[in-house]
Amino acid sequence: MSTIKNILNTITGTVEQPPRLCKACGTEIPYNEYLANHCICPNCGTYFRMRAIERLEATVDKGSFHEMDKKLKSRNPIDFPDYADKLSKAEKASGLVEGVVCGIGKIDGMSTALFIMDSAFMMGSMGTVVGEKITNLFEAATEQKLPVIGFITSGGARMQEGMFSLMQMAKVSGAVKRHNDAGELYIAVLTDPTTGGITASFAMQGDIIIAEPKALIGFAGQRVIEQTTGEKLPAGFQRAEFQLEHGFVDIIEERPRMTYTLSKLLALHQK
Amino acid sequence: MAVAENKTAYERVQEARNGKRPMGSYYIEHMIDDFVELHGDRRFGDDGAIVAGIGYLNRIPVTLIAMERGETIEERMKRHFGCPEPEGYRKALRIMKEAEKFHRPVICFIGSSGAYCGIDAEERGQGLAIAENLYELMGLKTPVISVIVGEGGSGGALALGVCNTAIMLENAVYSVISPEGCASILWKDASKAAEAAEHLKLTSYDLLNFEIVEKVIPETGKTSREVCSELKNELLSEIERLSLMTEEELLNDRYNKFRKIGK
Repeated sequence: MSTIKNILNTITGTVEQPPRLCKACGTEIPYNEYLANHCICPNCGTYFRMRAIERLEATVDKGSFHEMDKKLKSRNPIDFPDYADKLSKAEKASGLVEGVVCGIGKIDGMSTALFIMDSAFMMGSMGTVVGEKITNLFEAATEQKLPVIGFITSGGARMQEGMFSLMQMAKVSGAVKRHNDAGELYIAVLTDPTTGGITASFAMQGDIIIAEPKALIGFAGQRVIEQTTGEKLPAGFQRAEFQLEHGFVDIIEERPRMTYTLSKLLALHQK
Repeated sequence: MAVAENKTAYERVQEARNGKRPMGSYYIEHMIDDFVELHGDRRFGDDGAIVAGIGYLNRIPVTLIAMERGETIEERMKRHFGCPEPEGYRKALRIMKEAEKFHRPVICFIGSSGAYCGIDAEERGQGLAIAENLYELMGLKTPVISVIVGEGGSGGALALGVCNTAIMLENAVYSVISPEGCASILWKDASKAAEAAEHLKLTSYDLLNFEIVEKVIPETGKTSREVCSELKNELLSEIERLSLMTEEELLNDRYNKFRKIGK
């Protein structure tokens, strides 16, 4: 897997990235074409899971992003077996020290706080560091009177940190609430997959909730539902379109139009 | 008479799940005078997995929210074994808001394997229902005390767990994932649940040690009535302490309780 540094270098043009292979149709996509096409297969339209750095590149004004809590690293609060090893493997595989990138940047000149989760780091699961970074971001945004845009992808609370992970759901919710009470805007962008404790907390707490087409968004896992209830899941169950139909998201937006839509929404909320 | 105090984590899980273990309704029955049950979420329906209402704790009016699995098999089916549907969480929130309006402390009793898992629950926004409770409880301007009396199953438990004070019965457990779920993810083998339970650090003493709960009520060698009476005393002294706080202090106290976890 490509590291963040490599991807960054590709964007700036120094390191060659390997082509991406579309799992749906088998097309091999040269990396530059892949990036220019918003990480969507040009042949069949399948959305790849975007890396945080790719999302940043597609979203914020060049050179405007200042990352926060860049070095915050997970410990092993409950001495969970093999967790330390898992963390260092995730770090190597993803080029990140944790599953979320946070900071302040500009979209079409408008300042905004951003958090961008990255599923390449342990499925974007939330342990203490992910919870702490997002909480810090909301607190900073409240202090600086800035909106927050969150790009969300996560398998849920991180099992390996036990109850410390579960408590992050409450911790982040508190910071979202305070940001809300200060009259600031929070836009949640749900991408594939958004599940478990993340859906049951800040993914569903946005003033405006946007989803990417076909993204899996839900609380309980599909296999768990099938096994527990013996029910057959309907087609399109828990996809973005299902959530729109049931009234849980405001907008489904195509990725190439995402920044444009975010910019419009930010402009409409400028004070 | 004295039961072995050094139970394994999985023994406590089994104890917490024991069908004969007293749950929220037992404590309401034995602790609360003039209990009036209130029904429904005023949106969709009335979820049997949540019992909610108002009554007196000694002379103090309090609001009570309890997960309830029922006694008989018919009742358990009706209450889907204590796993709340979205409307259960919405009923809880509606009645907690009523408590806020009348400046009444809220006591939540937690004990269920988790939020109800099913197609209908997803269609009606299970994730949103829990998310809204976490969010609104962070701003509820009245004291909130949560008591984990049985199995505290993940996000479905936390939806009643955003509180000023968390009290846990000695043999209750509280976990991010069930030991069976954890074992099947880690080792593709749900039968290794006992081992997973040890690793998850889900017992009352673990969580007291991590400052995730504030108080443990001992159960070893005690009858249910004795446990109930000790819990009642603890609730009374907590309510007294929290009642001295201004609304702002109360909200800061709740915010900081969670803010410090994993800092």
